[in-house]
Amino acid sequence: MNSLIKILSGGLGFKVQLVAILGSLLLLGIILGLVRNRRLREEHALLWLLTGIILLVLSLVRPLLDILSRWMGIYYPPAALFLIGFGFTLLILMHFSVLVSDLAERNKRLAQEIALLKRELEEIKKKLS
Amino acid sequence: MSRVLVILPAFNEEASVANVLQEVRAVLPEADRIVVNDCSLDRTSDVARRAGAMVLDLPVNLGIGGAMQTGYRFAAEKGYDFALQVDADGQHDPKEIPLLLNPVLEGKADIVIGSRYLSETGYRSPVMRRIGSWVFSLAVSAIVGKRITDTTSGFRAANQRVIRFYAERYPQDYPEVEAVVMLHRAGLKFMEVPVQMQPRVGGDSSISSLKAVYYMIKVPLAIFIGLFRAGKVGHPPDDPSMGEQP
Repeated sequence: MNSLIKILSGGLGFKVQLVAILGSLLLLGIILGLVRNRRLREEHALLWLLTGIILLVLSLVRPLLDILSRWMGIYYPPAALFLIGFGFTLLILMHFSVLVSDLAERNKRLAQEIALLKRELEEIKKKLS
Repeated sequence: MSRVLVILPAFNEEASVANVLQEVRAVLPEADRIVVNDCSLDRTSDVARRAGAMVLDLPVNLGIGGAMQTGYRFAAEKGYDFALQVDADGQHDPKEIPLLLNPVLEGKADIVIGSRYLSETGYRSPVMRRIGSWVFSLAVSAIVGKRITDTTSGFRAANQRVIRFYAERYPQDYPEVEAVVMLHRAGLKFMEVPVQMQPRVGGDSSISSLKAVYYMIKVPLAIFIGLFRAGKVGHPPDDPSMGEQP
């Protein structure tokens, strides 16, 4: 058991690792909860879930994080975890900016359509009376 | 007999809209007039109805771009041959409508823009506004390869090709400059004619001091991005799929 922990953690910074694991689990839990309650649509949750899973895997399997951080030239592996988390956050924000733009366009169209239909309705009412 | 629609986008213009509508009717009795009420807080809608105009009441405030496009969508849906856009605040003199409309009727251009700066007119806009306008006209002239003096003018006459194009896409806020560049990219012809601009009768200019900063950043950015925008802007206005959207 002890040797398993050692392999998984790379024998370093157990506290940091614990915080990272709990953090990613919390993130995943919240997202799954939101999806379950239908407060977050599945297609919008995909990026969030991906982020949570990747963070969880990287904080569980420390050797993987070590390799990644060495590869990126980062000396303190937990910093790589932050960087990856930050990268995904940016991606998610961009995703939402695109969604908001799309919603704004649809909203405009709908408002215009309502104005046109309202006039049409008034015309019909006038003809009928 | 071709059908002409005069589009007047209005936001809180109860003081001036009736007057403008009357003058438009005096100049173009055969044209239909439609006021696009951009969710005004005052009685613009009532005043316009009483003056005998058609009114489109937007349920939420869309800004000048969204309001103008609503007018063009109406024109496209009802199959108007020509559309004029005139500000409801009394800045544009309806007596000059024929100056704009005739070149379009004669097929000299797809859209005609009334320019304050083309000839020596009595119009004096604030210094900052003049400088801004000048910068934009230089930039837009360079892009479209043709001299254009007043890119921010909202006094325009358009034919059916432009109506159908604008019904599908029209820039959102401070749309005038971008709208010209978009037309150029779509291969539509435009020209300018000199007009006078009058002092405003009522309401506030859509460009106030703080918004001017936003304006100076947003418009060049929109033009710049528009130049690199793929496909979306470039496709021909005669495409039959563009008329009615499912």
